[in-house]
Amino acid sequence: MEKQKVLVELKQVCKSFDGKSVLNNLDLQIYNGEFLTILGPSGCGKTTTLRLIAGFEHADSGDIILDGKKINNIPANNREVHTVFQNYALFPHMTVFENIAFGLKMHKVPKNEIKDKVMEVLRIVKLEEFVDRKPHQLSGGQQQRVALARALVNKPLVLLLDEPLSALDASLRLNMQKELKQLQRKLGITFVLVTHDREEALSMSDRVIVMNQGVIEQCGTPKNLYEEPNSIFVANFIGDVNILKGEVLGFEDNLVKAKVEGRICSIKTKKQLQVGEKFTLLLRPEDMRIEKLSEHPDTDGLMVGNIETKIYKGATLDTTIKLNNGTIIKASEFFDEEYEDFDYNMNERVSVGWVSGWEVILQDERTKPFS
Amino acid sequence: MKEQSLFHKVTIGIIVLWLLLFALIPNIIMFVVSFMEYDSSSFVKAVFTLDNYKQFFSDNYFKIFINSFKIAAIATLLCLFIGYPFAYILARSKSRYKGLLALLVVIPYWTSALIRTYAIFYMLSANGLINTILIKIGIIDAPLKLLYTEGAVIFGFVYTLLPFMILPLYATIEKFDFKYIEAAQDLGASKIRTFYHIILPLTSPGIIAGVVLVFLPALGLFYIPNLLGGKTMMVSNIIQEQFITSVIQNWPLGSAASVLITVVMGLMIWAYYKSSKSFQTKVL
Repeated sequence: MEKQKVLVELKQVCKSFDGKSVLNNLDLQIYNGEFLTILGPSGCGKTTTLRLIAGFEHADSGDIILDGKKINNIPANNREVHTVFQNYALFPHMTVFENIAFGLKMHKVPKNEIKDKVMEVLRIVKLEEFVDRKPHQLSGGQQQRVALARALVNKPLVLLLDEPLSALDASLRLNMQKELKQLQRKLGITFVLVTHDREEALSMSDRVIVMNQGVIEQCGTPKNLYEEPNSIFVANFIGDVNILKGEVLGFEDNLVKAKVEGRICSIKTKKQLQVGEKFTLLLRPEDMRIEKLSEHPDTDGLMVGNIETKIYKGATLDTTIKLNNGTIIKASEFFDEEYEDFDYNMNERVSVGWVSGWEVILQDERTKPFS
Repeated sequence: MKEQSLFHKVTIGIIVLWLLLFALIPNIIMFVVSFMEYDSSSFVKAVFTLDNYKQFFSDNYFKIFINSFKIAAIATLLCLFIGYPFAYILARSKSRYKGLLALLVVIPYWTSALIRTYAIFYMLSANGLINTILIKIGIIDAPLKLLYTEGAVIFGFVYTLLPFMILPLYATIEKFDFKYIEAAQDLGASKIRTFYHIILPLTSPGIIAGVVLVFLPALGLFYIPNLLGGKTMMVSNIIQEQFITSVIQNWPLGSAASVLITVVMGLMIWAYYKSSKSFQTKVL
């Protein structure tokens, strides 16, 4: 399948600034035509990765390969890679037209062709009537589109986007997310986006790479990362998560019998566990189920706590429950038409469970070798 | 509010009065005098005439007038070519001594410019420092004529006025966002084209400010061409001669020269204002 062709490859790339390691033996493959997002907290090396591909930084060691060719020593101006900068870096002394035409002019495209190409890309980003404006006469969203047009007009093999939406306000950001995704589908150009915003990453990307401290923590589809994080870091970074402690009690018909924060339960897993082994259980708030307790309950083998906060969110009721041992559980339940008066009293004693099969087991982090 | 408005009135009033007394009125007098006749006994006779301007434009004086623009222009260009790279490197430097380096540019100004010009005078003279050294190490046999040349005047201007070029350039280049350079490279521009298309136009307010700040004083500073040029070399010398040193002391002629130079300077400042407006950024 053409789509699975590797377009950009980073092999064993290391980079440090002033003796401080930023990237540590990074291996990364970017497929042709995909929308890849590199997600991570600030200082995780995601922007450095992008700048290495763009040619603004040089790797201390390792190879960067673009379309089969090693590009380590090719300067930024000769790479078929273009960047949309965080604050757009539109040239303030040039009009929209001149900004977009700049790359074509540098590649010595004939004048009449330049005009056609600029107008075509302006049509795509819906800014035709702003062709003679200067950047400071445009709104943030419009500047963003000019920045996109300026990079796209040169038909790059890869378009790099460095937190392109961070300067926009929330509602505009959502719109631009949709537009970016549509544009990428339409043009079929490989997009590599760097962001620290998980919603941006989840909603736009075909594939997401989660980075932390210069290494890739996990790589997969948004669904994959959300539902099956392989570390507490990824689980936390991709969304709200409850981190529970469990211990294996025994095995029953291919199921693991375990005790999780006091609750006795059976879990289906492919992981190799041993009796007595301690593990971590990850559960999203929407996986949690809360049950009210009767007056004199038998709480043996149940996870019991008190409702500590509740927030009405319209579609969901978000609650936090403080377990007897002090652990806080976050839950998010959808309203159901059959139970219209579904609500909890503050401090009400409840039992907490989850939808069986939606849990993720991490074998104890402490025993896991550091990756 | 009332107190504040009184305070405003007083402070602004003092400035207005000052400028009126010491700038506007003298200039008006000069302007008026430039259209009056010369009189040997009372300096000026109140009779309208265009003779001063005629004399200025026909005489040897006009050659000097043109020549002084040439000298000022060469000095300005030299300042620009020396000052731009200097300012650029200084502004981009990440050294913690950056502030100190910028201070070094200004330190010579703690000494009077006149004294520094005399120092140049003694360095360049026939038995001065440069000639002595060159003869001692055997490069030349007889002293070179360094003093009383256009070169000496230009050297004097460049030495004296260089900081007025460097400082506005430094200010503009420091504010320049180097993301633009990356953006230009990203779009395929080589280093030279990045400089020509991006850096140069975006730092041009600093260039224009520097040019104005060097060129205008170069036209007006009379003691440098006077000391280092020897003979009447620039229009500033003409004005000085006509008002003070010469036997005749033709004030109307000196006024005419002064008015002309003021008009030219006025035009240049107007051009600067226009161009800086189009960049949306004013350095001055």
